Amino acid sequence: MRLALREVWTAFRRAPGLGVLSVFTIAFSLFAFGLFGLVAYNTRLALERLEERVEIRAYVTEGTEADAVAAAVGDVRAFPEVASVTYVTPEAALTKARTEMAEFQDVFEPEFLPASLEVRLRPGMRTPERVQAVSERLKAYAFVDDVRYGEEWVKKFHSMRRAATAAGIVLGIAFALAAMIIIGSTIRTSVLARSREIGIMRLVGATDGFIRAPFLIDGLLKGLIGGTLAVALMWVTRAALTATVFAFQFFPTPALLLGIVVGAVIGLLGSAVSVGRQLKRV
Amino acid sequence: MSSGPPIIKFTSVTKSWQRSSGGLQKVSFAADKGEFVFLTGPSGAGKSTILRLCYMDELPSAGEVRVSGTSSLNAKRIEVSALRRKLGIVFQDFRLLEDRTAWANVAFALEVTGTQPKAIPSRVQKVLERVGLSPKMQAMPSELSGGEQQRVAIARALVNDPFVLLADEPTGNLDDRASRAVFQLLRDINASGTAVMMATHDLDLVRSSGFRSLELNKGVLVYDSADAPLPEREH
Repeated sequence: MRLALREVWTAFRRAPGLGVLSVFTIAFSLFAFGLFGLVAYNTRLALERLEERVEIRAYVTEGTEADAVAAAVGDVRAFPEVASVTYVTPEAALTKARTEMAEFQDVFEPEFLPASLEVRLRPGMRTPERVQAVSERLKAYAFVDDVRYGEEWVKKFHSMRRAATAAGIVLGIAFALAAMIIIGSTIRTSVLARSREIGIMRLVGATDGFIRAPFLIDGLLKGLIGGTLAVALMWVTRAALTATVFAFQFFPTPALLLGIVVGAVIGLLGSAVSVGRQLKRV
Repeated sequence: MSSGPPIIKFTSVTKSWQRSSGGLQKVSFAADKGEFVFLTGPSGAGKSTILRLCYMDELPSAGEVRVSGTSSLNAKRIEVSALRRKLGIVFQDFRLLEDRTAWANVAFALEVTGTQPKAIPSRVQKVLERVGLSPKMQAMPSELSGGEQQRVAIARALVNDPFVLLADEPTGNLDDRASRAVFQLLRDINASGTAVMMATHDLDLVRSSGFRSLELNKGVLVYDSADAPLPEREH
C-alpha cells in the first residue's frame, strides 16, 4: 500500500499538469452533470409546490345542517387519497376572498359565497384520474351542490410534469454518458502516459494486482477530488444564481455525498478498465 | 555444463502472427544451467522472438517452451510473473525509468516483487557495485552514458538473483569500448553461475568468446555450435 501510494505521488510529480488536467476534467464533467441535476431538482421542487395547489372544492347546498356536514367531513377524511379536509364557512370564505383579492373586497357579499369543503390530496394522489374519482365521490353526497377542481389545469399540469420527467431522464442519461466518456478518455490518457512503466513492471515480474493498485488509487483519488471540486463549483454557481436570478435550492447532503462517491467510483472504474486493457498488451 | 534438466527447452516451436511476417518454424534446442548461449542471425531471423518466448511475452503457435519448469502450454499470468522474477531481462534500448535515479531503477525491481523494504538498500548497493556503478547510483539515466545505462539495466536484471539472464542485443546501441565492457560484465555474471542467453549481430564477439551459438535464418534454426564447430561465415 505504501509503495502504491508512493507510485501515485511519483506519477503526479512526473506529470503534474496531466494529473491536474485529469482532476479538472472529472470535476467539470461532473459539474456539468450536476448543474443539470440542480436545474432538474429545482424544477421538480417547483412542480411539487405547484402540485400542492391541486385542491377539490365541494360547495355545500345552502341550509345544510352543520351536523350532516361534520359527519361527511369525517367520511371524506378517511378516503385513501385525501390528506386534509377543511370546512369553510361562508364567513371564512368571505374573509379569505377579501384578503386574497383586496382590490375587489367591496364586491364580495356574504350571501355570494357559499360554504364549502376544501379537500387536499396526498402527494402521488393528484393525477387527473384520482382527482376526478374523489370529485365523483364527493358529488354523491346529497348536500353537495357542485364540485370544482380546475379539471383542465390539473390535466395540463400532469402532462407538463410527465414531459419534464421524461426530458429529465433522457438528458440526465445523456449528460451522465458524456461525463463518463470524457472522464474515461482522460484516465486512459494518464494510463497510456505510463505504459512504459507498466511494461517494465511486467518484465521484472510484478503481478497484475500489484501493477493495478497505484492506478486504482490514482483513479479513486482523482475521482474523489474531482467530485468534491464539482460540488464546490455547483455551490458557487447556485449562490451566484440565487443572488442574481432566483432562489435555487441546493442538493440535500446525502445527494452531495452520493455525487462525490459517484466521482470516486467513475475514477476507480475508469482506471480499472484502462489499466486492464493496457495489461492485456504487455 | 550441468548434468541436471535443461533450464530452457524449446520443443518444435513455431511462432507466427496473422498480421506480420517473421516468427519461428519448428525450433528445438535446450540450454543448460550456467550455460552461455549466443543467438545470431540477420535482422528478422527470430532472435528476439526466441527471447520473448523465453520470458513468455509471446506464446508459441505450436510446440512447447519450457523455462525452469514453467510450460508455455499451461502457464497462467501469475505463473508468468513468478517466472519473470527468476529471469533477468536486458534490452538494447535499456528500458529504464527516466524519472528515477540508477539506484531507484534497480530498487524498483525489488519493490514490485515484494522484497522486504529493509533488505532493498543493501541488495541494490551490492549489485550496483558488481556492475561498477556505485559511484553513480544517484545519477538520473539522462546523466549516464549508453554503457552506464546498460549497466543499470543489467543491475536491475541481476538484483533478483536470476538463474538466467536474457539479453536482446545489449551492445547494439553502444560503441566498441562500451560493448566490450558490457560483454565482459556478462561473462563475469556467467562465470558466477548465471546462465546467459544473448542475441547479437556481432559475429567476431561470438567467435572470440568460444561460447555456444545458435544461428537463425528466417525463423529456422540453421546451426547449433553444440552439434558442430562454428563455420567461417559472414552475414
